[in-house]
Amino acid sequence: MMKETVLSCDGISVKYDAGYAVRDVGFSVEAGDCLCIVGENGSGKSTLMKALLGLIPVQGGRVRFDGPKKNEIGYLAQQTVVQKDFPANVTEVVLSGRMGRHGFMPFYSKKDRAAAGEKLRLLNADHLADKSYRDLSGGQQQRVLLARALCATEKMLFLDEPVTGLDPLMSAELYTLLSDLNGKGLTIVMISHDVKSAVRIGNKILHLRTCPLFFGATDDYCRSEAGQTMLEKGRFAAEAHHV
Amino acid sequence: MFELLRELFSFDFIVRALIVGVFVALCAALLGVSLVLKRYSMIGDGLSHVGFGTLAIAMSLGLAPLQVSIPLVLLAAFLLLRISESSKIKGDAAIALISSSALAIGVLVISLTTGLNADVCNYMFGSILAMKMGDLYVSVAAAVVVLVLYILFYNKIFAITFDEQFARATGVRAGLYNMLIAFLTALIIVVGMRMMGAMLISSLIIFPALSSMRAFGSFKRVVICSAVLSVLCFFVGLVVSFVFDAPTGASIVIVNLAAFCLFALVGFVRRRFLLATHGEV
Repeated sequence: MMKETVLSCDGISVKYDAGYAVRDVGFSVEAGDCLCIVGENGSGKSTLMKALLGLIPVQGGRVRFDGPKKNEIGYLAQQTVVQKDFPANVTEVVLSGRMGRHGFMPFYSKKDRAAAGEKLRLLNADHLADKSYRDLSGGQQQRVLLARALCATEKMLFLDEPVTGLDPLMSAELYTLLSDLNGKGLTIVMISHDVKSAVRIGNKILHLRTCPLFFGATDDYCRSEAGQTMLEKGRFAAEAHHV
Repeated sequence: MFELLRELFSFDFIVRALIVGVFVALCAALLGVSLVLKRYSMIGDGLSHVGFGTLAIAMSLGLAPLQVSIPLVLLAAFLLLRISESSKIKGDAAIALISSSALAIGVLVISLTTGLNADVCNYMFGSILAMKMGDLYVSVAAAVVVLVLYILFYNKIFAITFDEQFARATGVRAGLYNMLIAFLTALIIVVGMRMMGAMLISSLIIFPALSSMRAFGSFKRVVICSAVLSVLCFFVGLVVSFVFDAPTGASIVIVNLAAFCLFALVGFVRRRFLLATHGEV
């Protein structure tokens, strides 16, 4: 049976003053996929994701969502400076993930609160519920933001470097959790500069260097030239890190 | 103390100023939390300078000040927001440019027509005598609008203040609510400007929010504390200015400054306490 395509892109380009940040990128995501976008720093991964989500305008090409509506998408971005010192408690932050579905409805319902509590438990962060966001460690903040992203969606999750600020153990836990969620049918699009984890949990890879170097199934990527080089580099970086 | 208050309330103009001031202080504090957290404090300052320019123009043309100021300052709010959101122009520099230009236009218009008289000084630094019955109605109406919209959109305002990108990505119309915040701010600035003074009104927006943030860690508490603190500081400032025969606007700012110092101290002690008990901040 053909799986349903939920997101398709054709020749997307994003320009900055200095030139193209993303050029002529095309790919498609089917329901239940886990697409990992890999590439070096400055290769346009975050820009591409923002363009997909409509946060920045595209200069060419077409983005089409076929399943999830705009307010059925979850997004975990890299943290901003403003957030690190923000006076809000964890429950307030996680609940705000439900706001997109509300339209003009002004207040949260019991259902919203229950969902927020459930996502916090899922991430082993329910003990943080009444803590102030700014008093948390970087890893805890990241988990809270992931809980918020999960609150926003049951269908499709966009993650921009989700393991930033997490220690190796927590990163591994997070990847396991994402795999579980993916297995239960959540479609995931994730940016990662950690290629080894990307090929482990993703079933599709998009390798970006402004233009796409590779798009396809993970197995094919591991055999491709781009994939070989990247994995080699990843291993090298990991070894350098240990020394 | 009781005697003093009775004497205070025996003056009609003070009662008027008190009513206008309480509403303006309350609304300014509510909006201030978002403006400060979104790094938009300068917009408040810019708008008040534009407000001064429009008052000067209204005065020289012999028109009612509020009717001229409100639409022009709303327009300026729209422009300032667009400038802040555009990455091409440096936001803060552009705001400084607009505010000093508006101030210069105001001063020029005044000196070419009526000359720099006591009225001008009142516009710059505020006067409680400026509050007429008409201002009372306008300010109460404006305050009710701000309060109702703020409560209705409280959760959305939180969402776009904490993380505008996420809000946008998940389908909240962030641009709309940003505009709403800017417009409400413009409204409150125009209404409060003649009492507090164009140079001092932005303190009502910034101080209570900054103070509350020192001491509280949840958004709701920060908002409530700002509102209460702002009204309290306004009242104390008004009484102080009455007792010492000091300018009202400046007295209120000084009381706010004192409150800020107090809250900063509380915040410092709180963090130290956290550090001592948890070993982390």
